[in-house]
Amino acid sequence: MRLFSRITHTQLWKSIFRHGFEDTPRNRALAVLTNSLLHLHPVALPESASRVRFTFCLGGLTFFMFLVETVTGILLMFYYRPVPEYAYLDMKLLEHTVIFGMFLRNIHRWAGHAMVILVMLHMLRVFLTGSYKPPREFNWVIGVLLLVATLLLSFTGYLLPWDQIALWAITVGTKMAGATPFLGADGPFHDLFNIHPNNDLRFLLLGDNEVGGNALLRFYVLHCVLLPVIGGVLMFVHFWRVRKDGGISRPL
Amino acid sequence: MPEEPAFHAARLGGVAPLPKKHIRGRGHRAAMSKREGPTDQEIFSFPDLVFKELLAALCALAVLVLWSVLVDAPLKGIADPNWTENPAKAPWYFVGLQELLVYFDPWIAGVMVPLFIIVGLAALPYLDTNPQGKGYYSIRPRKLVVPMFLFGYVLWFGLIVVGQFLRGPNWQFYWPWEDWSIPKSAERALVNLPVHWGALAVLAYFGLGLLLPAIIWRKMWRSMGAIRYVAAWSLALFMWAVVIKIALRLAFHVKYILVTPYFNI
Repeated sequence: MRLFSRITHTQLWKSIFRHGFEDTPRNRALAVLTNSLLHLHPVALPESASRVRFTFCLGGLTFFMFLVETVTGILLMFYYRPVPEYAYLDMKLLEHTVIFGMFLRNIHRWAGHAMVILVMLHMLRVFLTGSYKPPREFNWVIGVLLLVATLLLSFTGYLLPWDQIALWAITVGTKMAGATPFLGADGPFHDLFNIHPNNDLRFLLLGDNEVGGNALLRFYVLHCVLLPVIGGVLMFVHFWRVRKDGGISRPL
Repeated sequence: MPEEPAFHAARLGGVAPLPKKHIRGRGHRAAMSKREGPTDQEIFSFPDLVFKELLAALCALAVLVLWSVLVDAPLKGIADPNWTENPAKAPWYFVGLQELLVYFDPWIAGVMVPLFIIVGLAALPYLDTNPQGKGYYSIRPRKLVVPMFLFGYVLWFGLIVVGQFLRGPNWQFYWPWEDWSIPKSAERALVNLPVHWGALAVLAYFGLGLLLPAIIWRKMWRSMGAIRYVAAWSLALFMWAVVIKIALRLAFHVKYILVTPYFNI
């Protein structure tokens, strides 16, 4: 204990941790205020707003799944090459030669599905509790954009294993882009802007007329860089607005 | 140390220079002042809330790890553009839209429907002007909007279930206990409505659909205003139209309600 006390009185320790350990209101408040991550929370909140049976932690768990995806995704990037020659081979290597490689891919896959389900359930919870009503309208809109970002993240990741499921799911999915009115080569009114298969929306997505190497690279960059950044910015705004719009909603 | 029911920045002592608004936010205080219930005590986030969050995260992680140990992520043979999967299914969350391809052209099923869903969801807080039922699980004070939302929510997942579990080769309908290797007989020949009847049906549906509620529920029309009313009811009518079209196809083998040289509905 003496040693511990000496450590906690060093300049180094005190420069990192700004509060003591006694259970005092001051320390409880400082634990949140002096921690950049915990500072997402208010220092204090109404008891009813912390009930598990009100929120079921759905939003928080969605965010947690995003963190799991980020960590496992970065680890997977060490083993994956987004070109048709290697993508599928790397899946096999991950399974047979990388220690815990299959486990890593499993977690990434299942947490991705969990995130999609959780974000839909979170939306249902927010709807049923009327929490989109003023003053939280705009944060609901941010939430809808986050739902779209989540679906696109999952969809772009779907192609990366480069197996038959991936290829044909993305073929089916991106066919829709070609049917967009005005902007898709198969959509109504496409001849209005001289849209054909080599300059339509589908071509923009795939970088080609079919799902091939260009599409794999595009989906990889979208999945690993662009969409996570967009999602991260939206999450930042979403959490910030929860606080600014009066915290978690409660009865009038 | 027992809970301090009311927390004040002044009690912080050492960090007192922080003004109160820095801790709770101005908007927060303004929004809260009206609705603090008599029994609703204030608690500290740390450790009361933070601990719950930690527990929830740990439980989720435990389930995730267990699941990942037991169930392997699917992986089929290497991607082969010359060998088409039959059926080729989209990821499960888009299978509902794929299922709609049976009933609609791709520009509706794959583009307009998702677009309307996103726009409708985003517009919801601006269309629902009912101030009641905020901050708790409420259905009774929101007799119109709750059934409407749940209808769409159930429809979304219903279509996913059909597409994911009940569709086999060539997107034919198979019960789970039916054998996919036994081919299904071709569907009966489909019919289109004559152009004038089709146009009339579409016009009547949207015309009456927008007119009648405004006449019957004058109060709603007045409280919502024209733009809100038209936007909200158009979105609702589009949602119901999806179900109506499915019903027409299944009951009367209707392929298109309206055929034009430019697009078909």
